[in-house]
Amino acid sequence: MDAIDLARWQFGITTVYHFLFVPITIGLSALVAGLHTAWYRTGNVKYRRMTQFWGKLFLINFAIGVVTGIVQEFQFGMNWSAYSKFVGDIVGAPLAIEGLLAFFLESTFLGLWIFGWDRLPKKVHLASIWLVAIGTWLSAYFILAANSWMQWPRGYTYNATTGRAELHDFGAVLTNKVALATFPHTIAASFLTAGAFMLGIALWHLLRRPGEHGSLFRPAVKLGAITTLVAAVALVVTGDIQAKIMTETQPMKMAAAEALYDTSAPAPFSILTIGSLDGSKEVWSLKVPHGLSFLATSSWNGKVEGINDLQKAYEQRFGPGTYKPNVPLTYWTFRFMILCGVLAAAIALLALWLLRRQRMSKSKWLIRAALAVPLLPLLGNSLGWIFTEMGRQPWIVFGLMQTRDGVSPSVGAGSVLTSLIVLTLLYGVLAVVEVFLLLRFAREVPVESEPSDPEAAEPAFLY
Amino acid sequence: MALTDVWFLLIAVLWTGYLVLEGFDFGVGMLLPVVGRDPIDRKVTLKTIGPVWDGNEVWLLVAGGATFAAFPFWYATLFSGFYLALLIILVALILRGIALEYRGKLDDATWHRRWDAVIVGSSAVPALLWGVALANIVRGVPMGADHEYAGTFFTLLNPYALLGGITTLLLFALHGAIFLALKTHGEVHDRALKVVPPIGIATIVAAAGFLGWTQTLDGSWITWLLALAAALCLIGGLVASRLGREGWAFIGTAATIALAAATLFTTLYPNVLPSTTDAAFSLTTVNAASTAYTLKIMTWVAVIFTPVVLAYQGYTYWVFRRRLGRSDIPVTAQKANA
Repeated sequence: MDAIDLARWQFGITTVYHFLFVPITIGLSALVAGLHTAWYRTGNVKYRRMTQFWGKLFLINFAIGVVTGIVQEFQFGMNWSAYSKFVGDIVGAPLAIEGLLAFFLESTFLGLWIFGWDRLPKKVHLASIWLVAIGTWLSAYFILAANSWMQWPRGYTYNATTGRAELHDFGAVLTNKVALATFPHTIAASFLTAGAFMLGIALWHLLRRPGEHGSLFRPAVKLGAITTLVAAVALVVTGDIQAKIMTETQPMKMAAAEALYDTSAPAPFSILTIGSLDGSKEVWSLKVPHGLSFLATSSWNGKVEGINDLQKAYEQRFGPGTYKPNVPLTYWTFRFMILCGVLAAAIALLALWLLRRQRMSKSKWLIRAALAVPLLPLLGNSLGWIFTEMGRQPWIVFGLMQTRDGVSPSVGAGSVLTSLIVLTLLYGVLAVVEVFLLLRFAREVPVESEPSDPEAAEPAFLY
Repeated sequence: MALTDVWFLLIAVLWTGYLVLEGFDFGVGMLLPVVGRDPIDRKVTLKTIGPVWDGNEVWLLVAGGATFAAFPFWYATLFSGFYLALLIILVALILRGIALEYRGKLDDATWHRRWDAVIVGSSAVPALLWGVALANIVRGVPMGADHEYAGTFFTLLNPYALLGGITTLLLFALHGAIFLALKTHGEVHDRALKVVPPIGIATIVAAAGFLGWTQTLDGSWITWLLALAAALCLIGGLVASRLGREGWAFIGTAATIALAAATLFTTLYPNVLPSTTDAAFSLTTVNAASTAYTLKIMTWVAVIFTPVVLAYQGYTYWVFRRRLGRSDIPVTAQKANA
């Protein structure tokens, strides 16, 4: 493997890993803020215990999200210096603004929330966790604006003298329709993730020890399941909007997602294919007639361009070369992403139904479902990003710069390999430590604390 | 003032903020086994930086992001050029963040001991390497007309840069000791005060050597003045510490770090990364910069939001201004450690 492949693997590994923690942070910060609000408004100690229980799990997760985020900012310059020079005028701004507006907000107010438990006025303490949640949203928006520019560059001019893209309309970068569609989809995915996280852990408690602590985990199952279901609906709606935008802005990605080789009108939506891995020859397949036409164009008979025709068109526009992404990878990641979301929503529905009918039994099958449900959105998120980024290949910035031209010329394969190995090993160790802590605190039932001794309830919040 | 100069100044300010703020929490981390001789004292020590260390580190992230946005060529050449050094810093910062956040999650002596070792190492390594990196930026690196770094990892380990690293290491340790003296009472306070004079003397020697050497690179009367002011603040801080004026002592070391950073950035200007191959190949505030349009937008954002950030970060320090002692560690935790 040369430096390019290694740098791509490193970006893939570090980004997918980072994004395991980010959606939990985005979704769970708001859910914890909601529980804290319930405690503030009702004064009911049940809500305080819930805030502390989910707050602890939130903090364990948040720490890894923060430290792996530093790598994200550094590696653009370290591994992708040619890309950084080319896009710095445009992509640098949202990154810097993300730091100034979001990172300061999150870190400062989280510090206040953790350590201000018995020191801050109640209102300020509550506001702190909400500001953390708002910080995560801001952060998501600016980084997605930067990514969306790479999917569909807007508001720039190409300067032939300097050989780089230059910003001329920042508003167009921030209101890029790809960003406007990706942001709600990402937020919805984050709530699906946090909802399923809460649902899984609470369900496990309820199934293991039905009578005990029902007052703590019954509402959590409900909150988690409803969050998951609402988020799933939002994912379908926003995903549908995204698909239409993708058909217009990156038709090759849409065609690859469906392994549609020839332009078709109407085009069917392929659910499953058995045949050659890249879908070019099929033995058996399950299709929804007219499905892709409707998904991509809102018309049952709309024309959807195929990979072969797009390849020809791109050769004329950009010169000779291959403009196809890895088709099997895009085809299957797209499908499994959707499947993960559907399964999580189905389990959430089942849990709600059981809760209503009071039919929580100690069935092994249900306990397994409870353990699986937090993992499904995590897998779905990863597959979604792998699809989005791999589907853009061979471009790093669609239509402007190819990925192979973006790497650092002065960094040798040995250096990239070293950092790839070091970071992967380090991330592996961190995963073990964080899962160990998460499981330990997820199993531990929060103690019923005496209101007169506020500190006894929160040793885990302290240093 | 040209916008490129405004952004050079802003990035210098962001770095200064980072060094002054994270400087003391690096120092606290390094001194953990020295001032915290038992489990409860170690908890007291770490609790002084608990609410603020993460906010301090964001200064680095914003400095990095601002460099990317305002001077993409500086960011690209620097980050790809200083590759392995930055990797080591990254690993240290990752381990440090996790150690600080996870250490207190379990009440177990082995768990604490292991994370404590990580905290000490991961505080000392970046404290040393940031000095090495900044010194190399000021000194310049081998670089051709393509603005690509032409040296190796070992090019960065030259005597001047190593002295810079030793200076930041000592200065941050001193800054941390003085911060601990200001923020605690009891044994942690007394032990922190005890290490101030020896670290202080070593810092004076290293800083004088380093800032003096810096003058030979591209010195002017301004850089001499700044370096002299840094030296005076350092001595003033040490004297204040001796007199028991801990607030003034902290202001003294904070000002020392700020003035030392000012000396470095003034020496660097108008370059952002000089080339030791040929001065004509140097990256400057002009040839490394983004377009005027980007800089203008960034300036507006910075002008509006920086005061807001300073206000709420200042509020955090105000909320947690009280000195900490053993009685601030909950009884449950004390029992578990007994």
